[in-house]
Amino acid sequence: MEMDTNGATTSSAAGGGSTSTSDSSSAAKKNSKKPKYSRFTQQELPACKPILTPGLVVEIVDRYDEGCVPSNYSNDKLAYIQSSRTNKSCTRTLSVPKLMKGPVFIYYQLDNFYQNHRRYVKSRSDKQLRSKAYESETKNCDPEGISPDGPIVPCGLIAWSLFNDTYGFSVKSKMLEVNKKNIAWDSDKENKFGSDVYPKNFQIGGLIGGATLNSSIPLSEQEDLIVWMRTAALPTFRKLYGRIEEDLQANEQITVVIQNNYNTYSFGGKKKLVLSTTSWIGGKNDFLGVAYITVGGLCLFLAVSFILLYVIKPRPLGDPSYLSWNRSPAGNPT
Amino acid sequence: MDSKIPVENLFSIEPVLSSSSRRSISTHSKASSGNSIREVNFSDLGSKPVRYGSHGAESETYSMSQKEINDEDARLVQINDPVKTNERFEFAGNSIRTGKYSILTFLPRNLFEQFHRVAYIYFLVIAVLNQLPQLAVFGRGASIMPLAIVLLVTAVKDAYEDYRRHRSDTIENNRLASVLVNDHFQQKKWKNIQVGEIIKIHANETIPCDMVLLSTSDPTGVAYVQTINLDGESNLKTRYAKQETVLKITEKEKIAGLIKCEKPNRNIYGFQANMEIDGKRVSLGPSNIILRGCELKNTAWAVGVAVYAGRETKVMLNSSGAPSKRSRLETHMNSEIIFLSLFLIALCTVVSVCAAVWLRRHRDELDYLPFYRRKDFSEAEEENYNYYGWGLEIFFTFLMSVIVFQIMIPISLYISMELVRVGQAYFMIRDTQMYDESSDSRFQCRALNINEDLGQIKYVFSDKTGTLTENKMEFQCASIWGVDYSGGKATSQDQEDGYFVEVDGKVLRPKMKVKTDPELLQIAKNGKETKDGCHVHDFFLALAACNTIVPLILDTPDPIVKLIDYQGESPDEQALVYAAASYGFMLIERTSGHVVIDIQGVRQRFNVLGLHEFDSDRKRMSVILGFPDQSVKVFVKGADTSMFSVMDRSMNINVKRITEAHLYSYSSLGLRTLVVGMRELSTSEFDDWHSAFEAASTALMGRASLLRKVASNIENNLCILGASGIEDKLQQGVPEAIESLRTAGIKVWVLTGDKQETAISIGYSSKLLTSKMTQIIINSNSMESCRKSLEDAIIMSKKLTTISGNINNTGGTLGTVLTPVALIIDGTSLVYILDSELEERLFQLACNCSVVLCCRVAPLQKAGIVSLVKKRTVDMTLAIGDGANDVSMIQMADVGVGISGQEGRQAVMASDFAMGQFRFLVTLLLVHGHWNYQRMGYMILYNFYRNAVFVLVLFWYVLFTCFTLTTAITEWSSVLYSVIYTSVPTIVVGILDKDLNRRTLLKYPQLYGAGHRQECYNKRLFWITMIDTFWQSAVAFFIPLLAYWGGTIDASSIGDLWTLAVVILVNLHLAMDVIRWNWITHVAIWGSIIATFICVIIIDAIPTLVGYWAIFEIVKTGKFWLCLLAIIVAALIPRFVVKVLYQLYTPCDVQIAREAEKFRTLSESAAVEIEMNPILDPPRR
Repeated sequence: MEMDTNGATTSSAAGGGSTSTSDSSSAAKKNSKKPKYSRFTQQELPACKPILTPGLVVEIVDRYDEGCVPSNYSNDKLAYIQSSRTNKSCTRTLSVPKLMKGPVFIYYQLDNFYQNHRRYVKSRSDKQLRSKAYESETKNCDPEGISPDGPIVPCGLIAWSLFNDTYGFSVKSKMLEVNKKNIAWDSDKENKFGSDVYPKNFQIGGLIGGATLNSSIPLSEQEDLIVWMRTAALPTFRKLYGRIEEDLQANEQITVVIQNNYNTYSFGGKKKLVLSTTSWIGGKNDFLGVAYITVGGLCLFLAVSFILLYVIKPRPLGDPSYLSWNRSPAGNPT
Repeated sequence: MDSKIPVENLFSIEPVLSSSSRRSISTHSKASSGNSIREVNFSDLGSKPVRYGSHGAESETYSMSQKEINDEDARLVQINDPVKTNERFEFAGNSIRTGKYSILTFLPRNLFEQFHRVAYIYFLVIAVLNQLPQLAVFGRGASIMPLAIVLLVTAVKDAYEDYRRHRSDTIENNRLASVLVNDHFQQKKWKNIQVGEIIKIHANETIPCDMVLLSTSDPTGVAYVQTINLDGESNLKTRYAKQETVLKITEKEKIAGLIKCEKPNRNIYGFQANMEIDGKRVSLGPSNIILRGCELKNTAWAVGVAVYAGRETKVMLNSSGAPSKRSRLETHMNSEIIFLSLFLIALCTVVSVCAAVWLRRHRDELDYLPFYRRKDFSEAEEENYNYYGWGLEIFFTFLMSVIVFQIMIPISLYISMELVRVGQAYFMIRDTQMYDESSDSRFQCRALNINEDLGQIKYVFSDKTGTLTENKMEFQCASIWGVDYSGGKATSQDQEDGYFVEVDGKVLRPKMKVKTDPELLQIAKNGKETKDGCHVHDFFLALAACNTIVPLILDTPDPIVKLIDYQGESPDEQALVYAAASYGFMLIERTSGHVVIDIQGVRQRFNVLGLHEFDSDRKRMSVILGFPDQSVKVFVKGADTSMFSVMDRSMNINVKRITEAHLYSYSSLGLRTLVVGMRELSTSEFDDWHSAFEAASTALMGRASLLRKVASNIENNLCILGASGIEDKLQQGVPEAIESLRTAGIKVWVLTGDKQETAISIGYSSKLLTSKMTQIIINSNSMESCRKSLEDAIIMSKKLTTISGNINNTGGTLGTVLTPVALIIDGTSLVYILDSELEERLFQLACNCSVVLCCRVAPLQKAGIVSLVKKRTVDMTLAIGDGANDVSMIQMADVGVGISGQEGRQAVMASDFAMGQFRFLVTLLLVHGHWNYQRMGYMILYNFYRNAVFVLVLFWYVLFTCFTLTTAITEWSSVLYSVIYTSVPTIVVGILDKDLNRRTLLKYPQLYGAGHRQECYNKRLFWITMIDTFWQSAVAFFIPLLAYWGGTIDASSIGDLWTLAVVILVNLHLAMDVIRWNWITHVAIWGSIIATFICVIIIDAIPTLVGYWAIFEIVKTGKFWLCLLAIIVAALIPRFVVKVLYQLYTPCDVQIAREAEKFRTLSESAAVEIEMNPILDPPRR
């Protein structure tokens, strides 16, 4: 389903024309039977023109956490990911099954990662994120609250475990540009993450949890962090990584260069890269459709059976002879 | 009762299906020893241990109130010496304080009282648990808020009530009274009055404290008081000052004396004291004291000495609240609450076990798991952060889950129920159908927590006099010296305005006219010429003189005509005096020393030489008159049994026999009977009596019993004069009301102190007994005969019911051929039955009977009968009565109803509900009871459902968060859920919803059966509701879960979706069940949904909360709305389908009646009624 608001622009142009003619010959106009122009009479009211197209969502999912570990490390993935010397680059090829109209959304999907774990959810300081004045407000953030050099900004486990895999895309050896702007909610950027709060003492502890942040960019512009800090509701979740603003043609091969940095191997979590278009009900998910068909079918069935029941075995409404004390003991009213 | 002829096993049963089964009862009339004078047990029943069935119980309590005062429990009052009086003893001052709190003590005391409720303690424990850092599930604010709101609301309510009490106290305390200070009467504020001070009261002033009368404006020392504020009786009571003090003029000569009286007590009809004055010892009784709250009437002034002040006055001691009862529904509900607690524990256990397994499985990864991070590396030494070991973690998980799932136990339900009951009470009080115009009294709701019990009453125990009847006595007929005068009434009535006399050009006329018998009137007019005339003369003289009635002369617009109003405590006596007046024996004046009676136009003055007041042991009273011709006669009137036992046996056996026959016929007409006797005293007899009386009335020890003995000595060998029949009219609408109640499946038992024949005839006239019924009568006076008659009766009643059953099956025509059985049992038999193993038998028998009539029962036996039923069934009992003798019964029954009638407020004070007329019981039970039961039953189930749905949604989510009690729904929403989001609609529906309208409910009383069958709240409904809850919560949770699985949704957004889904769901669920939509319901339900949206928006507009702006982001997506729609449709489908099928194919009576109400309103008159028993609406005045 697509919408178009072109009607408005065309009509305004036509309106301009009509006024100019009326100016030139005002005398003639009085007797003229020419109908007065209005958008209404000319049936040119602004309107949207929905075209009912099957708004199919095209989705490419690629699980890479297994495949991006070199075979010699396959028995000890943890060592591979924790070592700073191993080469984390990994190239994967994706084929586009159908035309994907831009913008194509890039997501990373993590499985079995409990961003809703109680310890994790509580381990943040919304005050600190918002304003410089509350920099030392880290009481919920332990064990990532204070470093020997002072309070960690942004503090807490959530920020500490910031996802740090990166993806580079190319089609036919031409780089596809990934737009990483505006992947977070505007409300978060404007009000929740302060523009005067800069990362401080971040990821300097003994245990590195994930990405580091550029300490010269304020938090309100660290969109990856902002996206990550909107903790997911469910243990399997996707987060927006960026957008490809171009169309991807069917059967194109996309080469993805992945920097496989993020450690999900310690708890057996899966990592997936997802490219997906979107529709008005969001990403690809068949459940709602199935649910609607089921519930709708059920309702239809019930409606029909109620009608049938009513026709076959009606009961006169409000007939006092059905009252329990008027019924004869045999059970058949009258 | 000693002369009673023993009668064996007298129960009688008529053959089955006879049209009239009223058997001749004359055989046992000899045994009838009932008193027709109303027995009123004045002693304070509330404070004494209750005993049942003992014959002596009544006299025992009586004598206890008459016991002598020992020094140690006496209070000594120095007359006119408040300083000395108060120096040793801490008597209360006269300032009263009904307010509970002062500004300083309000907070601690109010909190202390509020925390008496278990519900609040639960709240508190949860809130305290949440303050522990390891368990802090909610923030501090969110965890304390529910408790704080509840406490605050209650505190504000209490504070407001207390403020009003304080204000009225201040007004009361600052009223002025004139008090004798330094030999002059000065105005003094009430609060400054002390015990021992002498106070002067003027006409129409309110009495500030309990005082012993010293003197009044009347030279004989009489004062009249109106006690309407005290006991609701509007007639004037006479109080006397003692002769010893009457003549003292307080301002000139100093009065000094000592009053020794009992400790303050609640008994407003009893007072015991001695007064030592001028070296003499005078005894004081209840007639010498005037009580706080009364008003002085018809007396220019009265002077008295304060003996009880302030909170020790009888009125203050009586102003205690109604006893608290717990409703049946609530008791049932508590068992379901226990189940819910178990369910809560189960949920918590599931969570903690799962958490344990998860922790065990991942124990190696925990240190570095990005979302767990057990190890803290920030310190030099690696240590566990916020981890207390496997066992403790599980324990904490358990406690945390209790905190998160706390609203599984619907604590808010208790508060909602209270509010709903207040609302229901408001509408019951405002019901114009339960307003009594004649007494200008509204319905009163004294107990606020048993409204819904009114919908499940199975047994109604009713008093007769004043409850079924009006307690307005009317003289009907007399039997004088064996001649019955009861015919030809009303002929002479219209020719003149009753009897009147002319004195000094003024016409005196009795206020009430009495129908007279012309023949008797003629004989009375002829004077003492004939022998008959002589008897008639004595008879009416006795009626006019032998009483405690005070005549009051009232002005009328016509200056010549004056009305005489007879004021007195006993309505029977009033009726008799009015009767005597219309036959020409008009009582004109009564003082403590003499009476003036106008006999056929001639004024005669008789000296009252002595008066023995009525007591319930003797069941008679007597007066000794000195005639103008110096002869002395004693006149006695009393109940037939007590009178026949003191008759002169040698004389007039014939008259006695005929009188007895007359009495029997009177009482079969439903009249109350009294027997009058007389004896002339010789001088020596009189002197003997006089000295004995003097001695007895000044006796220090056992005065009451001594007086009684003196009285019985003189009331002896009497010559019978005749008997009187007084009619006590049935109240308006009583037969219809009883029939309605019976049709509704309520068993009506009448317990009365009247005698059997009176009771039976009232039974017929009130349609309690019908000619179709077979009567079983049990009059026995030994254990053995009782047992035998009970056993026979059980067999008989069973036979009757089974026979009628057979007819049913073979004939197969109508279901109502059942022969109803009526059981009539008397107090003597009950003595042997109650508190013995026979109780069980009686109960069995009574269950087979559709009507039970108990006659001649004592007050405590009434309670005994109620408890007999209460102990053995689960059915609800209701007792209704109007007098002090019904108090014990009212308190014993599940629901006590007081009739605010002629007999004072004792019954009302003890009752849970009070109303003006018996017939209001129909409206109360069939309409309000039905509504309240239905509303409350539904509300409880709905509240269980409402809270459980929410908790289950939380629970499902916990399963997807490593069992760590994270909630996607914000903590504020979880707190506000039961406070704002969903609370108002259930309260509004609980107050306003009506399943059927009033007309239908009154037309088909059988609909009341819904309450008996527990249709609105039972285990089955509970389980169905719980299954529905399970389904709905699963739908509400899993549809979004699956729809957003693997999506980008964040916890706050999906939490908002769940919040809104659940709130809309439960509100629509309620909307589906609302029967009557009015604008308030609309506002409440749709308003709640809108309020929820607003609250969620506000919560999500706070930047420091995690869910900032989530709602705004999610409502922009189509998926959100699709999910919402899918949830609502899918969740409500099963309920909808079940409801439709149930209503269509197995409709309950209420459902059919509802349809009839809606669709048949027009065609109703077309008489589709097939086998209906239409019941007329009770007359609407």
